[in-house]
Amino acid sequence: MKARRKFILWVVVLYAALLAIPAALGVLLAAGLPAPEQEVFLAMVSERAPALAFAALILLFVSVGAVKWLFDQYLTAVHALAEQTGVVLGANAELRVTTQGGREVAEAAAAINRLADAHRALRRDFELRARVAGAKLEEERNRLAALMSELSEGVMVCNAQGRILLYNEQAKALFAAGETGATAALVGLGRSVFALIDRDQIAHALEKLQRVRQPGAAPPTTRFVIATAAGRLLKVRAAPFVDSAGTLAGLVLALEDVTGLLDQEAARRGLLQALAAGVRAPTASLRAAAENLAAFPDMDAGRREQFVQIVAAESKSLSQQLDAALREYADVLKAQLALENMRAVDLLGVVCQRIGASLGMASELESVDQALWLRVDSFAFVQALAFLAARLRDRYTVQRLRFSVHAAGGYAELDMGWDGSAVASDALSLWEDEPMQVGAEQTPLTLRDVLERHGGEVWYQAADPAGERTAHFRFLLPAGEAVTTPARVPRAPAESRPEYYDFDLFRESDATRALQERRLSELAYTAFDTETTGLEPSAGDEIISIGAVRIVNGRMLKNEVFEQLVNPRRALSRESAAIHGIGAEALEGQPVIERVLPAFHRFCADSVLVAHNAAFDMRFLQLKEESAGVRFAQPVLDTLLLSAAVHPSHTEHRLESIAERLGVRVIGRHTALGDALLTGEIFLKLLPLLAERGVATLGEALEASRETYYARLRY
Amino acid sequence: MTKKVLIVDDEPNIVTALEFLLQRSGYEVMAAQNGDEALKRVESFAPDLVLLDVMMPRISGYEVCRRMRERPDWKHIKIIMLSAKGREAEVSKGVSLGADLYVTKPFSNSELVGKIGELLAGA
Repeated sequence: MKARRKFILWVVVLYAALLAIPAALGVLLAAGLPAPEQEVFLAMVSERAPALAFAALILLFVSVGAVKWLFDQYLTAVHALAEQTGVVLGANAELRVTTQGGREVAEAAAAINRLADAHRALRRDFELRARVAGAKLEEERNRLAALMSELSEGVMVCNAQGRILLYNEQAKALFAAGETGATAALVGLGRSVFALIDRDQIAHALEKLQRVRQPGAAPPTTRFVIATAAGRLLKVRAAPFVDSAGTLAGLVLALEDVTGLLDQEAARRGLLQALAAGVRAPTASLRAAAENLAAFPDMDAGRREQFVQIVAAESKSLSQQLDAALREYADVLKAQLALENMRAVDLLGVVCQRIGASLGMASELESVDQALWLRVDSFAFVQALAFLAARLRDRYTVQRLRFSVHAAGGYAELDMGWDGSAVASDALSLWEDEPMQVGAEQTPLTLRDVLERHGGEVWYQAADPAGERTAHFRFLLPAGEAVTTPARVPRAPAESRPEYYDFDLFRESDATRALQERRLSELAYTAFDTETTGLEPSAGDEIISIGAVRIVNGRMLKNEVFEQLVNPRRALSRESAAIHGIGAEALEGQPVIERVLPAFHRFCADSVLVAHNAAFDMRFLQLKEESAGVRFAQPVLDTLLLSAAVHPSHTEHRLESIAERLGVRVIGRHTALGDALLTGEIFLKLLPLLAERGVATLGEALEASRETYYARLRY
Repeated sequence: MTKKVLIVDDEPNIVTALEFLLQRSGYEVMAAQNGDEALKRVESFAPDLVLLDVMMPRISGYEVCRRMRERPDWKHIKIIMLSAKGREAEVSKGVSLGADLYVTKPFSNSELVGKIGELLAGA
């Protein structure tokens, strides 16, 4: 419209100018003539009026033609050029501008295209670099995650505010409550480490570390022991790390379960004390009697006999004490035997080496099933074989041993054979109960202890008369599982990547900015859903299942979920069972809501709740708040209302419909966790759409929710 | 005058050995098998010194020692505690409860006789 008006304006101006010039000349000419000639002039003009009108018409065509040419060649062309340039710049860097305009415009277009080429090259280069850097970062993060998951220790990293940035599965397992909400461990990204470890203890560690830190010195560490809620004892090693400015940025916490170790340590100490106390009294009598015998040789025969009896009796008592103590120690040792999967051929390799080194005996591997794995405590088992070898050498002058091992059902048959002499039939059963001794090395453990711990047996098989098989001891041991070095997944797709770390949380400071003003993208959320016996909590309907997942920094953490069935203490109606498919037998023995709700409350602490049709779920939760002794005071966002705010023209805001609209795949519906995951995913898709509508903070989101048609309808 | 020593221990073997040793060393000796008997014997026998085992059933040596020290008229009686427990805490406890000496089992006969002599000579 505007262009058209401009065109007309130009035509009018040009035409007016073209008409005005001859008219003005005529007027000037006429004005300079004397009066009679003026009349003649006017008559001449009037006479030629049709011709003049025709000329004026010609002029009009000329004007229109000229302006059109000007527009086509330049004005419109430049305008089109500008538009095309905008597209190149904003949307399609591959597009090149074209023009039907004049030569100068064509030159400008060529210049613009050159600029576009340069721009595209620059952009490509930049994108490539960004991609390379991104891939490298991703690779490093994945390597770190893989490394952490391989560690047997639990590891957590927190920033200076005590927020967890990184953890591994082991750390999570160490803190697992082991009761309600099984996976609802409090280890999670962005969660506070102070919920796990006493604030004072961390503060103390920090203080200690600050004090000892010196420039250039090795990073200090500090150790302490904590008790978890489940009653485990963890040894914590805390090491600080600093940012580029040298200030403390956070702590690396290495966690080790020492519950068992401390028990063993206590058992050993107790054993030693009992031994000392038990041995002292008989030794005292023994010594007193012996010294009397030595000091008073003149005593009468009756007395002498009495003291000799005392010496004999107390010596015996002492030996018994010692035996008992050693037996107990053997039990402690037995409990410590750690069974691990080991390749049979590797184990025998160690055995041969050991027998050669400490006994000077030759040994060879005769036939070995290379693929066979054993479940053994390699140290104790090697010791047991070396012990038998030593006995064979000492009693039967055996010099050379042969080993073979084969699979036999779920067991492995391990044969230790030798040429020559058969052993006495009861030799093995005697040796089985002796404390094992190999050279100078001795342990109170017996061969029987070791076999018992392994769940294995050993027996003697004489050489067969045909000479096909030499005499041997046959061990039957449970076969183990092959430990394969997991083939590294060639860069896990982003979806399945473990979500154990989030370094973006580094930047988060616990600024006391009001929650309302926090940006939606930086908040932590718990998307949740409940399944219930019916729709009316006030009429006695109850929650039977709660599922939830955490969302931190715009990522749904599929490793941090809450899933718990709840015993409703009432019968299930058939209609509701048809929806959620949970039978009464599944709920039997599940914890009641008063026990589940506190666990769920802990799980969603410090986060904004997200649910679909949240009012429904919140009503159920709120009715139980008092009896469970918790309060859900955090803000609540409703995906139904947010969806209505984003798409006011749609009237359909069921979970499935929204999912379809936003391209979210629907799986596992109508389990609490399945719906919670779906709700979370939808919520994440809604965030950018909300941002487009200028809804960026939590306060704005709550306000937008309130303004929707659905909200007005319901409240 | 012959000094009197009371031996209190529930283990007959050590009692036999100590009884013989102290008789040969010139003391008048009596034995008690447990805490109750020990207190009665202190009353009747009026010893100058008591060799007191700590670990006895029912009334422990510590308890006997404590009760003895509650009696002003028994203040002069020396007490040597004999014990199979040798930790510092137990030694301190014995001395705090009023024992003159705490000897950890096993001990040397001659040293014990020497210490008994010293204690009784100082009295």
